[in-house]
Amino acid sequence: MADIKIATRESYGNALKELASEHDDLIVLDADLAGATKTNIFLKAFPNRHFNCGIAEGNMIAAAAGAAAMGLVPFASSFAMFAAGRAFEQVRNSVGYPHLNVKIGATHGGISVGEDGASHQCCEDFALMRSIPGMVVMSPSDDIEAKAMVKAAYAHIGPVYMRFGRSAVPVFHSEDYTFEIGKGELISDGSDIAIIANGLLVAEAIKAGQALKEQGINAMVINMPTIKPLDEELVLKAAMKCGKIITCEEHNIIGGLGEAVCSLLSEKHPTPVCRIGINDEFGHSGPAAGLLEQFGLTADNIAKKAKEFLGK
Amino acid sequence: MTATEKKQLMITACKVRMGIIEGTHAAKSGHPGGSLSAADLITYLYFRQMKVDPQNPHNENRDRFVLSKGHAAPALYAALAEKGFFPASELLTLRHIGSILQGHPNMNETPGVDMSTGSLGQGVSAAAGMALAAKYMKKDCRVYALLGDGEIEEGQVWEAFMFSSHYKLDNLCVIIDNNGLQIDGPVSEVMSPYPIAEKLRAFGFETAEIDGHDFDAIEEAFKKAEGVKDKPFAIIMTTVKGKGVSFMENQVGWHGKAPNDEEYAQAMAELKARLAEME
Repeated sequence: MADIKIATRESYGNALKELASEHDDLIVLDADLAGATKTNIFLKAFPNRHFNCGIAEGNMIAAAAGAAAMGLVPFASSFAMFAAGRAFEQVRNSVGYPHLNVKIGATHGGISVGEDGASHQCCEDFALMRSIPGMVVMSPSDDIEAKAMVKAAYAHIGPVYMRFGRSAVPVFHSEDYTFEIGKGELISDGSDIAIIANGLLVAEAIKAGQALKEQGINAMVINMPTIKPLDEELVLKAAMKCGKIITCEEHNIIGGLGEAVCSLLSEKHPTPVCRIGINDEFGHSGPAAGLLEQFGLTADNIAKKAKEFLGK
Repeated sequence: MTATEKKQLMITACKVRMGIIEGTHAAKSGHPGGSLSAADLITYLYFRQMKVDPQNPHNENRDRFVLSKGHAAPALYAALAEKGFFPASELLTLRHIGSILQGHPNMNETPGVDMSTGSLGQGVSAAAGMALAAKYMKKDCRVYALLGDGEIEEGQVWEAFMFSSHYKLDNLCVIIDNNGLQIDGPVSEVMSPYPIAEKLRAFGFETAEIDGHDFDAIEEAFKKAEGVKDKPFAIIMTTVKGKGVSFMENQVGWHGKAPNDEEYAQAMAELKARLAEME
């Protein structure tokens, strides 16, 4: 894995800037967090196309809906806590219900927000956004995937929710990586157990897969950037081949990737699943790395859980 | 406005009121009170003010109307039908399974509806977003949003007002339907939004305070709105909830209740008599 680390929120800002130079209909809205969400990268390049809405996320989301109704492609940005949480009902009623072409770029998702503590660590956004009919819900694993995801979101007609991270994460995809909404990525094949991860847990899952291999366990590692619509074919393939699945996400084990995988499998191919995530509790302050370790969102814990799950 | 033009507007508004009664009666539910208070304003918008074409409801350069007080949908539907966006017979399907007329406006189901609304406080933000987009796209179109006086108790409304003023949305005109009543009682008792005009001026709006059932006053207010540069405009109109149907006027109980067969007959008789008087 390469040594370069980039936060996916940075990728978001850069991708917006790149896209905007080709598409006049793209505008960006932010809610007094342009420096943190990195839409300030776009702001510097296109000051007349960046609209700060102040600390008023509900209005921002519904205003984005109005702009989309006029034919623009607005990217509305805030922290996940406020974009998906505070403005949930605006997303549901003004964006989701009329199926308007609004893209929500939510940064600072998950526990790796770190020092700000639980009030800002959103581990419920996948659950909230998944429950809205027609909403695409995604979370990229690294810089290259994040940039490709933003471009795919622009090309997709309809509402999209994207969750980006605050912390810098390893860049492991190569420049020729192709991203498609609703498709997972088979990173390494295996037959003993399948590890399905998204966000910053993908890099950890890759490391866990390597560690398990050294111990004679052949793990399949899958990157699942789209939580909804889920790549059912790939999940079923993994279940049929491996018989046991571990899901890893920086989200409550209720309502996110793990639950999406369980829902699919329980109906189409019952398979034992172990969900790694936040175990229905709030986070707290601390450095991101320390929190990820404390909450078990590391390669070591994934490998440990895999061995337990296999009875080894 | 000539006397003939004004009379024609009054006739159309009376037909819109009949559409409200027919729709809510057929639905056995809905909100006649706030629909009737807004009927004159909505009639004026669609028959004298807005640039819209029922033959081309998606014309990109049309003016937009957002019914932020979405529960007044029966008034909007009756006006759209009268204008020719869809057949008036559709009004009798209001709130029925499979109808193009949902309980609250749906932009994807109903020709002529510019924004899906119903959850109070959100429509005005969408209207502000439309006005912002129109400016960015250099479109010469105006955006109108109608809010209830109870609706402005929602905090989001004031976020939208701040936004509209900050971005100098002089192509946006919001109208507050001050009929004085909300579900639980008089707005002054439930949660007073007063003084409304002063608050809006403090938020950077130019304002007009008018009688919402006086077409001359409505015309004057819209003319004033069109002349204002760099500021959004607000019309605070005093209205009578249930206006035009004697037993519904100023009665809080008619906020969200449909007329039964007997009440329907009486309401229609009153409106028909009024129409005959004018015609």
